[in-house]
Parts: sequence; C-alpha cells; structure tokens
Amino acid sequence: MSATTAHSIVEASPRAKTVAGAIVILYALITILPLLWICATAFKSQSDAISYPPKLLFTPTLEGFVDLFTVQTRQPPDFIAKLPPAKSWYEKLARERGMVIAGPSPVVGRFVNSLIVGFGSTILATLLGTLAAYGFSRFRVPLADDLLFFILSTRMMPPIAVAVPIYLMYRWLNLYDTQIGLILLYSAVNVSLAVWLLKGFIDEIPREYEEAALVDGYTRLQAFRKVVLPQAATGIAATAIFCLIFSWNEYAFALLLTSANAQTMPPFIPFIIGEGGQNWPAVAAATTLFLTPIVFVTILLRKHLLRGITFGAVRR
Amino acid sequence: MADVSLAAVTKRFGDTVAVDDLSLDIADGAFMTLLGPTGAGKTTALRLVAGLEKPDGGRIVIGRRDVTSLPPAARDVAFVFQQYSLYPHLSVFDNLAFPLRAPARRLPENEIKARVSEVAALLRIDSKLGNRATKLSGGEMQRVAIGRALVRRPAIYLMDEPLSSLDAKLRADLRLELKRIQAELGATLLYVTHDQVEAMTMATTIGVIDAGRIVQIGSPREIYERPASLYVAARLGQPSINIVPRHLLPDIPAPSGAETIGARAETLRVQRNSGEGARGRVTWIEHLGDQNHLHIELDRHELVALVNPDADFAVGDQVGVGFVNPLFFDRNGVRLVR
Ligand SMILES: Nc1ncnc2c1ncn2[C@@H]1O[C@H](COP(=O)(O)OP(=O)(O)OP(=O)(O)O)[C@@H](O)[C@H]1O
Ligand SMILES: [Mg+2]
Repeated sequence: MSATTAHSIVEASPRAKTVAGAIVILYALITILPLLWICATAFKSQSDAISYPPKLLFTPTLEGFVDLFTVQTRQPPDFIAKLPPAKSWYEKLARERGMVIAGPSPVVGRFVNSLIVGFGSTILATLLGTLAAYGFSRFRVPLADDLLFFILSTRMMPPIAVAVPIYLMYRWLNLYDTQIGLILLYSAVNVSLAVWLLKGFIDEIPREYEEAALVDGYTRLQAFRKVVLPQAATGIAATAIFCLIFSWNEYAFALLLTSANAQTMPPFIPFIIGEGGQNWPAVAAATTLFLTPIVFVTILLRKHLLRGITFGAVRR
Repeated sequence: MADVSLAAVTKRFGDTVAVDDLSLDIADGAFMTLLGPTGAGKTTALRLVAGLEKPDGGRIVIGRRDVTSLPPAARDVAFVFQQYSLYPHLSVFDNLAFPLRAPARRLPENEIKARVSEVAALLRIDSKLGNRATKLSGGEMQRVAIGRALVRRPAIYLMDEPLSSLDAKLRADLRLELKRIQAELGATLLYVTHDQVEAMTMATTIGVIDAGRIVQIGSPREIYERPASLYVAARLGQPSINIVPRHLLPDIPAPSGAETIGARAETLRVQRNSGEGARGRVTWIEHLGDQNHLHIELDRHELVALVNPDADFAVGDQVGVGFVNPLFFDRNGVRLVR
C-alpha cells in the first residue's frame, strides 16, 4: 500500500516529518542551552563568568575546577613570592590569583556519597520493586488492591511534610548523617513508584511463558530469572532511571539529614560559591561533574528508556 | 510414554464449573483428542493434567503414579500452549533447547544440540535455528512451539489447539506431519481442538466435551456414525447434519419416541421428477469443485445434500429426497437405536 498521502495514518508525509523534526530540534536546543551554559561557565575565569554582556568567546581555564577540588587561602603577594616555587600546574594557577592551596576540598567525598546513595537506593528500590511487583502480578495476595493503594498513597503526601519526625527518628536510630540512612529513605520513597511501574510491565508478560518453564522442569525462581527478568528488562531499566534521577537530585532530605559525613552533592554545591558569592566557575564545575553520571547512564539505557516510557504499553 | 487417566476431575472458577466430573483414560501411544466449542473447558482440562491448576475434586494418574498433588515439573508432561508459546528474547535454537536446559535435567550441551537438530529436521525448521523467535512466520512459530515439546520424551504430550492460528493449507500440512510424528515416536498425546476436521483426521479416540462434561468418547468413526446425541451429531460433519422433525417424514420407519431425524448430507438421495421420498424444491446450489451442495426446501425446513457436480440440478427444480440410514433422536436429543 502506498503511504505517501498527507493524511495517511501509516506514515507521515516528508513535509510533516521535516516540520516535526524541526520542532524537536528547536525544543532540544532550548532544553540543552542551560546545560551548555553551565558547562561553558565551568571553564571560564571568575571575571568572564560575571561579565556583561555574557561572553560567548573566552579563554578556557581550569580555575573553576581547581577551586572546586581544593581549599585555598588568600595571601599577600610578598608572602607568595617568598614561597618555594609551585610544584604543580594547579598550585601555579591558584597563586596567579593571590591564593595558596591549603588542602583538598571535600568534593570528592561528597561525590562518592552521591554515587553510593544514588546507585545504592536505586538498586535496592528496583530489586524490592521487581520482586513485589512480580508477587502482586502473579500470586493471589490477600487485600492486593488495598495494599497497592497503600503503597501508592505513600507518595501522596509531600515527603517534606514528614521531615521533622524523620529527623528525630534518624537521630534516635543513629541513622543521622549516614549513607545507609539516606539509602533507606530514598528506597522507601522510590519503591512505591517501582512497584507500580513494574507491575504494569510484568502484567504484560503472559503467564504462559512461566508456566511453560514450570512444565519443562524449572522451579518458580528459575522461571522468574530465565523468563520474566529478560522480558521485563525494558521496564526495569526505565524504573531504575526514574529512581536514580529522584535520589540523585534529592535536596531537602539530604540537607536535613546529613552534615560532615554523608552529605551528597545537592546540598554541597550551594556552599561552593564562597564568602564573596563570586565563584560561579567553581559552582558550574561542580554542577558539570554532578550531571555527568546521570547523562552517562541515560545514554547507556536510552533504548530501554524510550520503549519503557510508554509505561507497559505493548512492546512487541 | 505411559497411560494417563483422569478420574472424576472437577475444577471450579468461582461460580463457573470449567471441568465437571471429567473421567478419561488415555492408553499408552494413543492420540486422544478433546473436541469442544469455545469455553467448554478444554484448556482447563489440559492445565489440570499439567499441574498448572489444582482440581477441586478427583484424581489424575500418569503412568500408575498419582500426580494429583504434584507440581508441574514432577509430572513429566510437555505442553504446547494455545498462545505465547515462544520466548521472544531467545533464538529458535535456544527456544527448542530451553526444556532440555532445565536445571533438573542437566543434559550435556552436545546432546542438547543433537536433539534440537533432530527435532528441527523433523519439523523442517533447521534453516531457522539462528533466527530470533519473533522473526518467524506464523507457521514456523507454530512448528517451533511443537518442537519445544518434541525435544522431550515425556509421559504425555499436551497440546492446546496448536494449529488454530494457521491458514487452512498449512494446518492441513501440519496435521499430517503431527500425526506422522506421533505414530513414529509412539507418543501419547492429549490434543485439544474445536476443529472437527483435526479431531477426525488425527485422533485415535475423540472425547466430545461440552460445558466441562464429556458427552461421548469413541473412535472418530463411531462418533461420526453413531453419535450419542443430537449435540454430538451436530458438532461433526461439514456441512452439518440435517435435522428434520419426525412428523415431516411419516413414511420413514422409526423407533418409538423418535422426535427428530438426523441425516448427513452425503446420505441424502436426491432425484429429479421422482415420486419417491419426501418432496422438496431446490433453492440454492453451492459449487465446491469436487462436489455440489444442494440446498433443498422441505416444508419450510432447509436441507443440504451432497451431489455429484455432473448432476445438473437447477434452482427451482422439484425433487424427491430419499433418506439412507438416518439417525433418530428422542425429545431430549438422545439417539435412539433401532
Ligand atoms: N483462570 C480462570 N478464572 C476464571 N474462569 C476461568 C479461568 N480459566 C477458565 N475459566 C472459565 O472456565 C471455562 C472453560 O475455559 P477454558 O479456557 O478451559 O475453555 P476452552 O475450552 O479452552 O475454550 P477455547 O476453545 O476458547 O480456548 C470458561 O467459562 C472460562 O471462562
Ligand atoms: Mg482454550
């Protein structure tokens, strides 16, 4: 059948495709512009970063990153002149601006915290979510509908409404300022989303597949691993990304429940600005660093994500 | 292979009785077909034998072992499902190998390969082994689905309308192949279908099932020639059996209590300008190539007769219809024997 007419539902006409493509590209540009801006700022000097009108062309520098990764003190020029010569390129970069590096900043620790908490809670929530969703989908669970509603209802209250009780509880349980504390909290929030999303996906997988495996001599758990998991991969990947995005970006609880030890990147980044409130390149460098893992994971899983975003719509 | 029997098996889903007091004996090497309309409980019966459903009553015995409370894996059966029989994430080879790779079985990989190749050759899908299961035609998928069962040598093969989604030609081909393979392997088969041609051509024994109950069990010939009831008579035969009230044909000698007369299309003797038999008028002629279907109006009842294509009947012809060995049924539809 020919599919070239303008009103064909089979395939869009070339012109419609061009228009649609242009709209998508325009939208992508608008969305991506702030990110590019941040990345650019990360490589600007402080004065370039705040110059008006903003500079599109500038000499790139790593000052922002040096400031991000080190703690520095301002010293008079004669003091700096008396110091032994700078041992490294970053030391030199700092001294040129009248600063002396006193030691490493806590950023690496914060970043590692973010990775551990973000991925830890994602793995935990997705794992629990998959198993729970499978149970709800395949077995007769007493009060299944009520339980599912209860699980969903935990998402209905803004989480911050329970901030004070959780803070007190965490102090009492010694979970305050621990990675495991944040992992548990984020998992609890995410698991409801995970159960609901994944139940949709697993419901879509015909039971006959597992039943065939059962008849062929597999146990329920083996059938789950060999048959259900591969077919739910798309849904699991999509769910994992949603969970990761939440726990990676979460700010309020991270601010409230952590301090010197388990703090993650979101509450840490605002403090980088420094006393003068001038160090935008360092903030931009931190933001760029912070964005990298999630961009990477999204690109890695984008195929699954695209299909998974239809939330369990038939994918065959 | 082994004898399989169901004794008074009942299965309810809420208020629906899907399988009602079902008893069946399937002899070793038999090709037993359950024939029934949609919703008759055919799939449920198979699932009960496989252990995918728990019966509410009755016992299931496979090879003298009571398996009623055993899980599916312990029953030594193979199942071909009505739908969704192939794993879309696996290749054809891996689909066929899947039952052999069950941890409980632990066959060495070279033996798995040998068996898969053998079955693939048998079903003529050897050239497709590397394909993804989703990249096959409907007929090839169906072959792979059957192949997934044939790689094993279970006590019984359970097949749930494995040919229903195919076109007529392919169905006819696979029907023959399946029958041939079953005979070659000496396999015991419980085969479920709503297609009377499949039942007639493949089965050694047919069980006609309706609303969860067995209505009649017998060889295809028995069921066709000596149906126990009007229901069974109407289920078999194409075109379906002609049913005429007894009082329209007073001349035919009938046992007492006969209310309805049944006559298959091929038993009607139609003659033009003949004084013999019941008087009717030709209303429609269907040309099928090898034969013609003659539609005859007989006192506001329509009959269909099979006639030779050379016999040049025309619409509007007055004809005499003779009945050879008709069947008689009482007011409840039970067949009366003369
Ligand atoms: N899991 C179930 N829950 C509730 N009712 C069921 C279930 N499975 C089957 N039934 C009911 O039991 C009856 C028999 O169903 P079954 O699937 O065995 O029919 P079938 O003969 O295989 O039909 P078909 O030819 O359409 O496949 C039907 O009325 C059906 O609605
Ligand atoms: Mg069925």
